[in-house]
Amino acid sequence: MGELLRSLVSSVLDAAPPLIFAALGATLSERSGVVNVGVEGMMRAGAFVAAVAALAMPTPLAVVVGMAAGALVASVHAVLTIRLRCDQVVSGMAINLVMLALGTFLLEALFSSPSSTPPITQLPGWAGHPVTTWLAFALPVLVHLALTRTAWGLRVRAAGEKPQAVAVMGVRVGWLRAGAVLASGALAGLGGAVLSTATLDRFEHHMPTGLGFMAVAAMVFGRWTPLGATAAAVFFAFGDALRISLGSSAPGLMPQGVLLALPYLLTLVVLAVSGQRSAAPAALGVAWDPEVR
Amino acid sequence: MIELAHLTKQFGGVTALDDVSLRIDAGERLALVGENGAGKSSLMNVLYGLYQPDSGTISFDGVPTRLRTPAAALARGVGMVHQHFTLVPTLSVAENVVLGHEPRRGLGLDLSRARTEVAATCASLGFELDPRALVSSLTVGSQQKVEIVKALHRGVKTLVLDEPTAVLTPQEATELFAVTRTLSERGLTVILISHKLKEVLTFATRIAVMRRGRKVTEVSPQGTTPEALAEAMIGRAAPVGSHAPATPGPVVLSLHQVCSQGLVDVSLELRAGEILGIAGVDGNGQRELTEVVTGLRPFTSGVLTVAGQRVDRLDPARARALGVAHVPEDRLRRALVADLTVEENVSLGRHTQPPFAKGPRIDFAGRRARTLELVNANDVRPPTPTLRGGALSGGNQQKLVVARELDAKPKLLVVNQPTRGLDIAAVEAVRERLRAQRLEGCGVLLVSLDLDEVLALADRLVVFARGRAVATFERATFDERLIGQHMLGVAHA
Ligand SMILES: Nc1ncnc2c1ncn2[C@@H]1O[C@H](COP(=O)(O)OP(=O)(O)O)[C@@H](O)[C@H]1O
Ligand SMILES: [Mg+2]
Repeated sequence: MGELLRSLVSSVLDAAPPLIFAALGATLSERSGVVNVGVEGMMRAGAFVAAVAALAMPTPLAVVVGMAAGALVASVHAVLTIRLRCDQVVSGMAINLVMLALGTFLLEALFSSPSSTPPITQLPGWAGHPVTTWLAFALPVLVHLALTRTAWGLRVRAAGEKPQAVAVMGVRVGWLRAGAVLASGALAGLGGAVLSTATLDRFEHHMPTGLGFMAVAAMVFGRWTPLGATAAAVFFAFGDALRISLGSSAPGLMPQGVLLALPYLLTLVVLAVSGQRSAAPAALGVAWDPEVR
Repeated sequence: MIELAHLTKQFGGVTALDDVSLRIDAGERLALVGENGAGKSSLMNVLYGLYQPDSGTISFDGVPTRLRTPAAALARGVGMVHQHFTLVPTLSVAENVVLGHEPRRGLGLDLSRARTEVAATCASLGFELDPRALVSSLTVGSQQKVEIVKALHRGVKTLVLDEPTAVLTPQEATELFAVTRTLSERGLTVILISHKLKEVLTFATRIAVMRRGRKVTEVSPQGTTPEALAEAMIGRAAPVGSHAPATPGPVVLSLHQVCSQGLVDVSLELRAGEILGIAGVDGNGQRELTEVVTGLRPFTSGVLTVAGQRVDRLDPARARALGVAHVPEDRLRRALVADLTVEENVSLGRHTQPPFAKGPRIDFAGRRARTLELVNANDVRPPTPTLRGGALSGGNQQKLVVARELDAKPKLLVVNQPTRGLDIAAVEAVRERLRAQRLEGCGVLLVSLDLDEVLALADRLVVFARGRAVATFERATFDERLIGQHMLGVAHA
């Protein structure tokens, strides 16, 4: 029993960080009022670029480049939704589709491989886990403090609830939201980079396999708060860990298909029971234009 | 001195400002009056940097200045309290006030300093506001104060107040004017937007009148009368309604100790041929009352009698069958479908009955004929049955809703905020319909946040506070001050 528990904890520690980073990212963007379902695509960009960059530079540096890639993709989302006032959900989904195709295309074009990039040196570890795992437990607190204890956080929260209030106080809502969306992309990129540099040692064609959507679900389940979203992400990671350890320690207990679907089913169930919108920022999804009433 | 010169602003095809020039002298109390849609808010939003003018200039002390954002206006000492609150309900008073120029300590926000500073500003204004209180927990009157504190905390020299008293009780309005007058005596320049001519005449030192995007005239309060001002605002003599005595008939609506979500032990009675007004500050059970009576909200206990029939459960279809008609406060959510045509909207609710249907089929000819009759009789413009409902102006939408509801020959008419957002002509048209309905023997339950409207129309008046009917007044004994005290819950019963 102790053995099973230890292996469960260990796999949670490995599975949770990408989800935590991405969920924090989604939270930042949405608290400022911009829906971000493009987290999946931003993670994919981070995963791919980090794995490629790590072929040419130290892996920690490559992770930073992966974050920049996530932010770059997010900047497209920012321009589309904030500047051009496109529908925020549509923009996010479009980004996901483009990133899916682009990743597959670049894999083929650069590495003539349908499945993965060449292997790289993995991120260094500390106490048996990659450094990013430990970062994943510090960052939620930092994001929480940034949102609740700084002037920037106050403005972001206000922009998500009532952008007029921010605008009439002389703050530019568009730039404020753009900053939050870029930070969101960097965090999603970090989540993706962890997948390809810490969880594995290469980018694989299916990454991030719906983790971005799960991160958005974690954000909803966590009621749009950094700490709540983190707790939800850990819970989802636990579902994933359960799948792996049940698969290996009690084969035949459940059909393989059900086992594989377990984390996703968990996500669905959680969303169904927590699906109320009441916790969402009031101005979420509404483009800001001072001249529109 | 601020000078607005030749400002023009269009929204889509609508000209909100048409070559408007206006001078604002330091220290004056300037009133800006005009009907709804005259362009008052647009003009001030341009001065505040929120709207960008298509052409024209703004000069501060003779220096032409382009105001790209509210930050630029704030930097020149212009503050504005908007017509619709710009407060974040989920944040505290202090957080709302310091938003955008927060006191800091290191990287963080210095919330305790923010609270002390905001408390000091409130004290200097004589406002009793708890800086820690969540804005969502405040009354409308207190929220209005927070808006003023927000501007003055910035140390503005010119304060624009856009219809600040629209949502206040008479007491709160008096208090607001007292504070503003003190500030003005201390040297603040005040621009007051209002269409309440009484308050304008007592408060302002100069009055500018706007009509359809143009500034039509400027007058001094000594040299004018409410009638002359109203005429300048609408371009012709203002219509005035008269109030014939009521001839009450049988009871058409009675509530006995009715409770529901938002209502506590409400008892009241309405007779045929009578208008019963409901006065109260927004959110004190008025909406719940209209919803219970029209079957939109279940009641949990008490006795409800509609058109002589005791009902244990009511739904909208049953209510309509009993002869209840409803003009809700939010026309586009509950009365009209913006994407349906005028004639389709007219048939809603009666779409299975002649002349709108023949058996299971729509009777297109019958529907068209009835719609034409209604829009012509009620002066709905343009009188086009095939136009989208959403394409009508607010006033014409409201006339259409009223026409439809009255066409069903109701015994009881429930109206909530019937003239909100309408121009003077449309307001008078709608009020005239309500008076006519009363003379024809219909019972009218009138809910309005505009106390003047209730006073003008009602034969009897019930004040609501915290979901209870707290006081009743007969028309002969209407007393604005006392009614206001009951609305605030400070009267001694
Ligand atoms: N942000 C906006 N978008 C579209 N139309 C607007 C906007 N602001 C004002 N208008 C239009 O401009 C005209 C003037 O409106 P407004 O300035 O609000 O008038 P007032 O404050 O005098 O009631 C109206 O016809 C209104 O519909
Ligand atoms: Mg206005």
